[in-house]
Amino acid sequence: MSSVQIRDVRKSFGNFEVLHGVSIPIEDGQFVVLVGPSGCGKSTLLRMLAGLENITSGTISIGDRVVNNVQPKERDIAMVFQNYALYPHMTVGENMGFSMKLRGESTEEINKRVKRAAEILALSPLLERYPRQLSGGQRQRVAMGRAIVRDPQVFLFDEPLSNLDAKLRVAMRTEIKELHQRLKTTTVYVTHDQIEAMTMADKIVVMHDGIVEQMGTPLELYDKPDNQFVAGFIGSPSMNFLKGHVRVNGVATFEGPNGVKLPLKNAPAASDGRPVVYGVRPEHFTIADDGADAEIVVVEPTGSETQVFAKLGGEQVVAVFRERHQFNPGDKVKLKPDPSVIHLFDEATGKRV
Amino acid sequence: MAVMAEPVAAQVKRSSLWTRAFESRHFLGAMFMVPAIAILILFLAYPLALGFWLGMTDTKIGGAGRYIGFQNFVSLSKDSVFWLSVFNTIFYTVAASAVKFAIGLYLALLLNERLPMKSMIRAIVLLPFVVPTVLSAIAFWWIYDSQFSIISWVLIKAGLITRYIDFLGDPWNARWSVVAANIWRGVPFVAITLLAGLQTISPSLYEAANLDGATNLQRFRHITLPMLSPIIAVVMTFSVLMTFTDFQLIYTITRGGPINSTHLMATLSFQRAITGGNLGEGAAISNAMIPFLVAAILLSFFGLQRSRWQQGGRD
Repeated sequence: MSSVQIRDVRKSFGNFEVLHGVSIPIEDGQFVVLVGPSGCGKSTLLRMLAGLENITSGTISIGDRVVNNVQPKERDIAMVFQNYALYPHMTVGENMGFSMKLRGESTEEINKRVKRAAEILALSPLLERYPRQLSGGQRQRVAMGRAIVRDPQVFLFDEPLSNLDAKLRVAMRTEIKELHQRLKTTTVYVTHDQIEAMTMADKIVVMHDGIVEQMGTPLELYDKPDNQFVAGFIGSPSMNFLKGHVRVNGVATFEGPNGVKLPLKNAPAASDGRPVVYGVRPEHFTIADDGADAEIVVVEPTGSETQVFAKLGGEQVVAVFRERHQFNPGDKVKLKPDPSVIHLFDEATGKRV
Repeated sequence: MAVMAEPVAAQVKRSSLWTRAFESRHFLGAMFMVPAIAILILFLAYPLALGFWLGMTDTKIGGAGRYIGFQNFVSLSKDSVFWLSVFNTIFYTVAASAVKFAIGLYLALLLNERLPMKSMIRAIVLLPFVVPTVLSAIAFWWIYDSQFSIISWVLIKAGLITRYIDFLGDPWNARWSVVAANIWRGVPFVAITLLAGLQTISPSLYEAANLDGATNLQRFRHITLPMLSPIIAVVMTFSVLMTFTDFQLIYTITRGGPINSTHLMATLSFQRAITGGNLGEGAAISNAMIPFLVAAILLSFFGLQRSRWQQGGRD
């Protein structure tokens, strides 16, 4: 186990810079998730950490050692690939023991370690099988087994669950988290799925267009997003955004599109008339008599909750209710956001106000 | 659909036997196979059967032969030129195929790397395959010429030798010379096919092996070679079959000379049958190739049987 320091790392492919100075401190034993939309540079960063891509500038260190010029095999890391990259011509056992075999360890030692890893992952009955004969979830576990056998300083996961079906993905999510709690190996995990990030991470790093937008614990990011991008990216369904202005005369309010008035807890200093984006999470709407007028467009019950799409001041918003309201499309309701948990962002910069 | 089906059904009842036959799956299936079967019989089965039959007769050009059983084979078994051609064919096939495989694999690995002007190099590699065989054979004939050989000329100018090499006049020189020509011609096929095979290997396997600590050599030995083995089996079977039955190169460059030292079974067969007029004997020589070819095919058939790791299925 080791800490990892990523300091002002840049990456260019030719003249095209994809990472514009990224710094991420990772503590020993931490589970860090890099999350962001496709093309944000998260996979590139992971591959640089693994040594599969060169570092254009900046430094990456594992433990106390700067690894910029260290060969992948000498970095003492293990990586789980998106397509698992299992060797098709080797059995599960051979796949898991391959790195030890290359290091010239004795067959007994290899068998012992492979057996132990197989037990952890419930792979023992499958050791003689070939990857082709396994299901997706089993292959995924073999890929993790291959990493565990190495007992590395750092585990790297590159979108490991994206080839699995939805149900299995949820199960594997728990399994990976459980595995981390058991082994406590520093882990860097790349995904585009914010739910994976929220459920698994000790620390989430939200990336966008080659920069770090924000990092912090899942709930920090959820409760206090630094900017509109993070606010919209974290949480499902996404946060609703309404453009408008702050009005301060006695009570602070937000004046949205078509004169919609929404409550503010307190106005930021000297902000009368300031153009802002008002952000409210779907679950922070309530039905209240003093709410704003809205017209229901679509109702989507999921059983545990109900998603309601409605027009508020001409803009479509989504609200989620745990309690079961009887709504029909076309119904007029009064929606009221909880002013203590709303978010304001500067309209021009997208920064939190 | 239901509305449509009724009038159609009624029509079928009224139609003639001929029309109804075409409504039958089996008859229609058989009809579709007729062209293929006709072509196979006409151009494959008939010549093959005729070859077998001719090998059992004493047919000469211009006259009908009579059945003589295995006499042709008995006389061939005492014919030292025939046995020399068998030796030559095996030598030619083994030497050329081995080198073609080595060079082909090397080129394929090279072309699979990131290279500047890769597509151009790839096109150049394919060139020998595109040139008509006879044309390249004539070029080699000229390269090996005893008086005008460019190789000898270069070596003399470089001061490495003092007299022109007699490429095609000495038995072993001639054998190696035609082997070299065959290699030149056969390498592109091997290289391009193996390259196609290499490109199906997922790069992430190499990355995984890299992280697992494999050196370049270990990656080749543990990833490339096993993953490529099915393609290698196919390519080398084809290569061996094509080399074993080669005719054009030899016939154009040496015509089997000097003193039969480059005669392959195919060229000897042609010489005895067409040039010499003994169709029966020539056919017998051709037939004698069949056991070798069948052996090569069987070898590859068992080699090609999908290994356990390639088979799908859950259990």
